[in-house]
Order: sequence, then C-alpha cells, then structure tokens
Amino acid sequence: MSGHATFEPKNPALKWFESRLPLVGLIHSSFVAYPTPRNLNYWWTFGGILSLMLACQILSGVVLVMHYTPHVTLAFDSVEHIMRDVSYGWLLRYIHANGASMFFIAVYIHMFRGLYYGSYKAPREVLWILGCIIYLLMMATAFMGYVLPWGQMSFWGATVITNLFSAFPVVGPTIVEWLWGGFAVDNPTLNRFFSLHYLLPFMIAGVVVLHIWALHVVGQNNPTGVEPKTPKDTVPFTPYATIKDAFGMVCFLIFFAWFLFYIPNYLGHADNYIPANPLVTPAHIVPEWYYLPFYAMLRAIPSKLGGVLTMFSAIIVLFFVPWLDTSKVRSGVYRPLFKQFFWIWVAVCIGLGWLGSKPAEGGYIVAGRILTFWYFAHFLIILPLLGLFEKPKAVPASITEAVLGKKGGAPASVGVNAPQTKG
Amino acid sequence: MNKLMSSLSTLPLRRGLIGGALAGALLLAGGLAPATAQEHGGTKPHREHWSFAGPFGKFDQAQLQRGFQVFKEVCSSCHSAHLLAFRNLAQPGGPHFSEEQAKVVAEEYKVQDGPNDAGDMFERPARLSDRWPSPFPNEQAARASNGGAFPPDFSTLAKARTYEVGFPGFLIDIFTQYQEQGPDYIHALLNGYVDPPEGVQVPEGGHYNTYFPGHFIKMPPPISADQVTYTDGTPQTVDQYSRDVTAFMMWVAEPHLEARKRLGFQVMIFLIVFAGLLYFTKKKVWKAVHDH
Repeated sequence: MSGHATFEPKNPALKWFESRLPLVGLIHSSFVAYPTPRNLNYWWTFGGILSLMLACQILSGVVLVMHYTPHVTLAFDSVEHIMRDVSYGWLLRYIHANGASMFFIAVYIHMFRGLYYGSYKAPREVLWILGCIIYLLMMATAFMGYVLPWGQMSFWGATVITNLFSAFPVVGPTIVEWLWGGFAVDNPTLNRFFSLHYLLPFMIAGVVVLHIWALHVVGQNNPTGVEPKTPKDTVPFTPYATIKDAFGMVCFLIFFAWFLFYIPNYLGHADNYIPANPLVTPAHIVPEWYYLPFYAMLRAIPSKLGGVLTMFSAIIVLFFVPWLDTSKVRSGVYRPLFKQFFWIWVAVCIGLGWLGSKPAEGGYIVAGRILTFWYFAHFLIILPLLGLFEKPKAVPASITEAVLGKKGGAPASVGVNAPQTKG
Repeated sequence: MNKLMSSLSTLPLRRGLIGGALAGALLLAGGLAPATAQEHGGTKPHREHWSFAGPFGKFDQAQLQRGFQVFKEVCSSCHSAHLLAFRNLAQPGGPHFSEEQAKVVAEEYKVQDGPNDAGDMFERPARLSDRWPSPFPNEQAARASNGGAFPPDFSTLAKARTYEVGFPGFLIDIFTQYQEQGPDYIHALLNGYVDPPEGVQVPEGGHYNTYFPGHFIKMPPPISADQVTYTDGTPQTVDQYSRDVTAFMMWVAEPHLEARKRLGFQVMIFLIVFAGLLYFTKKKVWKAVHDH
C-alpha cells in the first residue's frame, strides 16, 4: 500500500490540530489516498451503496420515531398519522419501509459477489466474518422493525418467529416468555422491539466501522483474485473509486425511487394494512421477502427443533466458508466448475425464496427439502471437494496484465484514441 | 407453476450436467405441488382501468366526489373510516370540496366532546378537524347489528385487500407499476353477488359472492341501481357506483398518492440527469487509467 501521497497539512491551524489528533489524515488515507485495485467492476460499488442505505435508514428512522407511538392501541394509527398528517411523512415512511428491502437487495448482491470472487479467503477471513455479523444484525433489526406498525403481519410474524425459540428443550418456553415480556406477544413485546430496533442500527454502524477497518488492513479483493503487486495495479480511491461508487449509488437510487414513488407497497404485504388482531390468524403468515429462503428451510424439516436449527445453521455455515473452500485459486473467474456450482447455488437460494412464499404442503415441502439439502451440500460437500479435484484455469501474473492483456493489441489502440486534452 | 420451474431453471443455471439434474429435480417437485392459486375459493378479480394507476396517475376529482356521496349515503351507515377527517375532504389531491362545502358536511354530524366546566360530556356539531364519526360505538355493537360480522373500517381497506397475481405476473407488475389489486378486488366484490351454483348451500345470514374468499359473505348486496342520485348525469348503475366508491376508498387509504407520483417524476428526472453527468465524469476520470 505504497506509491500514493500521504496527507501533509499546509494550513497552520490544521497542522496544529493534526499533530494532536490526525483525524483529517485518517480520512485522507482511508478515502483519498487508499489504493484500490484498478480492475474493480460495478459489483464492487455495493459496499458504498450499503453505507448509503445504512445512513438513509438511520436518518429516516430517527425522524419517524419523532411521530411514532409504541403502544399496541396507538402504533397502527400513529403510522397512519405519519402517512396522512405529517409533512412528507408518507415519503419518510415509504423510504424507511422500502429502504429496508433495498438494503437487503444490496447486501445479497454484496455477499454473492464476495462468494463468487472468493473475497472471504485469506487474509480476508475476519473481514468476511464481520460482514456475516452485520448480516445477522440486519436480520434482527429488520424483523423488529416490521413488528412496529402493528399490523396483522407484524403481530403474527412476531408470534411465529418468537415461538421458534420454544423449540429448544428445557429453556425454550422460558426464553419465549422472556422475549415477550409476558405470556403472549403484547405491549411489552412491542416496546422492547422498538427499543432494540433503535439500538441495533448503531451496533451495525459500529461493526461496519470494523468491517471497513479490516478492509483497509488487508486491501480489497478484485475480480482476478490476484493481490496488487506494483503501484500500477492500483489507483487512488479518490477520484477513481469515489466517482465510480457515486455513479453506482445514483443508479441504485433510481432503482430505489422506482419502488419508493411508484410501487411503495409492492414489497410489503396487504395484510399489514389491517390492524393487529390476536383473535384472527391470517390465512398465510408470510415473512418479508428477504427471510423467505430461511422460512422455506424452517418448514422443510419435519421437527420444529430441527427446522429451527437448520435455519440458524444456514447462516452459521457462512462463518466457516473461508475454511470450507479448499481451493488455492481465489476468484471464481478461473474456476470453471466452481462457477457452475455457484450459479446453481444462487438458483437454489432463489428457489428456496419462492418456496418460502408458498404454503407448506405437498410438493412444496419435497422441493424445500431437496433445495435445503443442496444449500448445505454446496458449503459442506461441494466447496471442500472442488478445491481438491477442480483444475483451475491459468491465473494472470498481475492485475495490470489481466486488464491490458484483455484489450488484445492494446498498444495499437492507444494511437487510435484521440489524444487527451488537458481540461 | 411448471412454467415457473422450467423458466427458473433456464435462468442462471446455464448449461452443464449438474444444472440439468437440478432443473429436473425442481420440475419434479413442481409437478407434485398442489394448485394453490385459488385455494381460498375466491375467483381472481378482473383488472380494471383506474385513473390513479401508472406513473402519472391522478384521482378523478369528480369521481371522488361521487364516490364520497356513495360512501356517505350508503356505506357509512355500517362502515367506519375513523382516520378520515372532514378537513381531508377539502384537501387538494382528493375530492377537493371547498372548505365551505366540507364544513357543511361536518355540521351534519354530531360528535362527542368534553368534559365541559361542569364535568359533563356533551355533543356538538362536527368541525373540520374532527374525524369521520363511526356508525357504531364499538366492535361488539357493530357485530350485534350486522349478524355477527364486523364491517371493516375504510381507512386503509383499499390497500389491505389483494389477490395472488402468480408468476410471471408479479414480476411484470414491477415494470408496469401495477399495484391496484386492492381496488380491483373491491370493485369485483361489489359486482360479484350472484346466485350460488347448484348444490351449494349458503349458510343462514350469508350471501354468495364470486370474489369473496370462501364465497359466503355476511354483507348483503350493499347497493342497487339508482339508489344514489348523481347530479352530473353519470349513469346510476351498480358498476358505476362501485367504481366511484372504490376510487374514493383508494384516496382514503392513500391521500397523498398524487403528491407521491408527482414528486417521484421530479426525483426520477433529477437522478437520471445526475447519473448521466456522473457517468461521463467517470469516463473522463478513468480514461487515463484504461490506456496504460
């Protein structure tokens, strides 16, 4: 990580401050001079997009809290008060509700990218595990957030998910009562979920700081999976990554705005516009779309405890991916078999998501079992074996070679391009 | 559903033996799955044309005023709309009555206020700031008067009803921005009262409806032709009444729909121009790197 200028203040006041707390220098070395591989593609912009989404959720959430009332008799109407009477309240609330889905879309792309390009491999194991922790915290945060409007799906979703803990032997029922703060999902449950929903995003922000710190220690992975070797392999974060990330973010915001302004209830569930009623169970209790693959796994297993353990294992297994993948080659680009299995696994995840939205009966359960088996087999059987038996393609010697070699007769094309004018 | 499975398998699986095997497994599983689209015994409603659908959708002000008339003269005798305030009737993007008109409507209703200085509750005519008074004091009273059924509140009802679109329609809806399933259902329900099919025994106090889940609905056919007198010459049919009152219900459920779509268009224009500028800036910044 050399070859790029370090920060040296010229302004005397800044000099005085920097010698006491090198804050500007830290920002400069992290987001200006920081060397990033020159060959990063647009899948690498999702880290920045996720930071943007976290900020967006926290900001919109903080303002929503100013108008929301966490009480079972008032919560639903207070959300509707935001939608109707608060200036631009509808905008804030739809930003927050759709923003959660956008956050998950971005995080799933970010994770798939990491899995495809082997970004979890040494020396990036801690970076990967911190990411998994963020994902877990996101799931908990989003779950509790969905409970707050206190609609039918809020209430029954909370009932189903908290009841999962009752599957644990001996301590199960005690844990559930402790989660509820009583003997059913009720006002104490809503209050603690509200409190935790406000707390967890700041914990996410904390782990994000660690995640970025770890990233800046080991450096970014890149599509070739070859570490930067010379200064020619990298470009400074600013302006190169900054402008590329900014373009990626704005494109993502267009996608976000499409949902936010035109189909704001598409990703939600109509039943959540019915106030919670403990006496009426909805025909289908369906979680938010981002939990559906895990919901399918839960219901694919005939025993309750087995289902719960399977569901949690599906996330726990991610923590061990750095050691389950035995391949010496990092990037999936140079792994012909891995590439195929990767896309099958993506299809399996989408298939599980679809099954999670279907009732648990007949063929859906059979399909759910097959796909659940495949999900785990991918990590526990395929990844370890592939590394031993797969014959990878030749890996380029350096990032620069990969980039310029791809251009095919690059020296000739330099002459064809118009000479760049200093602007 | 087999269609979904086969198209799902063609998507990212690519070629390869393994992909084929998995697709086979998916297909097999799909074939075994029961047909669930209409599992609750309601027929899929027809998609109607709504003025408020699409990126430039707007409420038809005259339609909302007619719909309000239907609500006021017919529906509101059993259904509440406790989040609707009289002042809302005068807001832009809705029926947009004049403030005077909204005041006149409000004064027709009595609301409870108090306690006064003597500590007594008292009744007074409603003001613009009051919410629409509910026809029954509580759910139990509503049930007692309606054969055990609770007429749902109109405040969010148009967004609280839907029907299953299925594959691939639910994906196409993202691009066409169709999210008027709630109004489709309500319109269909209001026109869905028919004689029960042969051999179907409708329970006591129930009515057969094509679109109601389970088909047996407690609400009797709520409106008949010429029941409400329109002053603008609009046909006084059940179909027209149901379209008008459904549009009104959609506005009650989403009063800022027009503002949302208007702001959305402005934001889209801004973001697309901004993205274009960033794209060309990015190209210029990266140009030197690409060639060396």
